[in-house]
Amino acid sequence: MSDVVVIDYGAGNTRSVRSSLTTLGFSSVVSADPDTIRGARNVILPGVGSARSAMTHLEATGAAEALVDRFTNGDDIVGICLGLQLALEASQEDGGVKGLGLVEGLVVRLETPRIPRLGWAIVDPWDEAFYFAHSYVAESPHMVATSEGLCVAVRKESFFGVQFHPEKSDAAGLKFLEQCLSRA
Amino acid sequence: MPLSRIIPCLDVAHGRVVKGVSFVNLRDVGDPVELAKHYSDGGADELVFLDIAATPNEAETLVSVVQRVADVISIPFTVGGGIRSVDDAARIIEAGADRVSLNSAALATPSLITDIAARFGSQAVVVAIDAGEAFVFTHGGRRATDIATVPWAAEAAARGAGEILLTSIARDGQRTGFDIELTTAVRDAIDIPVIASGGAGTAAHVAEALRATDAALVASIVHENPAGLPGLRREVAALGIALRPFKENP
Repeated sequence: MSDVVVIDYGAGNTRSVRSSLTTLGFSSVVSADPDTIRGARNVILPGVGSARSAMTHLEATGAAEALVDRFTNGDDIVGICLGLQLALEASQEDGGVKGLGLVEGLVVRLETPRIPRLGWAIVDPWDEAFYFAHSYVAESPHMVATSEGLCVAVRKESFFGVQFHPEKSDAAGLKFLEQCLSRA
Repeated sequence: MPLSRIIPCLDVAHGRVVKGVSFVNLRDVGDPVELAKHYSDGGADELVFLDIAATPNEAETLVSVVQRVADVISIPFTVGGGIRSVDDAARIIEAGADRVSLNSAALATPSLITDIAARFGSQAVVVAIDAGEAFVFTHGGRRATDIATVPWAAEAAARGAGEILLTSIARDGQRTGFDIELTTAVRDAIDIPVIASGGAGTAAHVAEALRATDAALVASIVHENPAGLPGLRREVAALGIALRPFKENP
């Protein structure tokens, strides 16, 4: 069995996530199969694309239900970028999209001077720079880190989601992924 | 605002990195995968690959380069050249690129910007503009259009582009400094980020560009001395530009 299942929803750059996992010595597989997701040691819900098409794909494949089951059972889930946003209750993107509802919170349009918010930014309290590329942002009572005042990490029970891209954040990102996947 | 970005640009032809002056006199400067790794290790914030020889039979060569690059670096990279459809963009993104760059194809079919953004998000679409005196050029700077630079940038942003890569053709490879006036004119007209390109010769030039906009593209200045990127970053930072903290390998 692979260490990590990277969830496929048809629009993602899963290759970069898997390359990072390989670098860290974790085996991985890309899948949207519900049983594979339920049985995995760890899963990563990665992040590219639009909220609506991602949710549609996750629901059609049964991956959405499998993720909810994992969360209910206390099994780890790591969300990256859109993967964090999808775990919340709803997003304003695409005229309003219902999320997985694992974690209380909403996803709202950024109000930064330039959108998308692109580039490296310091995350507090971790004091490391990570790479961001987003137009929407989470608002959640389960916020555990911020960047320029924005909520960029959410943690509740077995779910840990980040707005930045650890797989694109060089040494800091690799270190983050390693800690995140080793916590179980 | 996120930290300023210094972005080495690798012009690729037939699977090799090349560099010219004002878009001509190309010379071979190395292997794209080796250079990508080198610049990533040297503290590049991001990389851009532009396939300047892009022809239909080059497409597979490019996909293979993208896959190999994605496997050796863990910083973001953009790939452009020969992307004419959503499927072309999908192949590049699935191969491991974070963003695609559109140039001539976006001018010919502006709806392509919207279609790619709808599938992969605006952050995945860069529109590259090769700017002459006032008008945009296509086909690697060889063909003039009657489209003015600033309105085209505004249209690209309105159609869903996530960033503009703005190259001054006159400054390309000259190392005489960026065209700050052009960069500022474009940036003031839109609310997406803008990468200044063309003219980097010194750290002072890069710092000047980063005071005017979000990111600066560098090519000749780093290809000439690939080991010099960490030094360039230090010099730019010493001029008061906030860059990401980067630990150099001992």
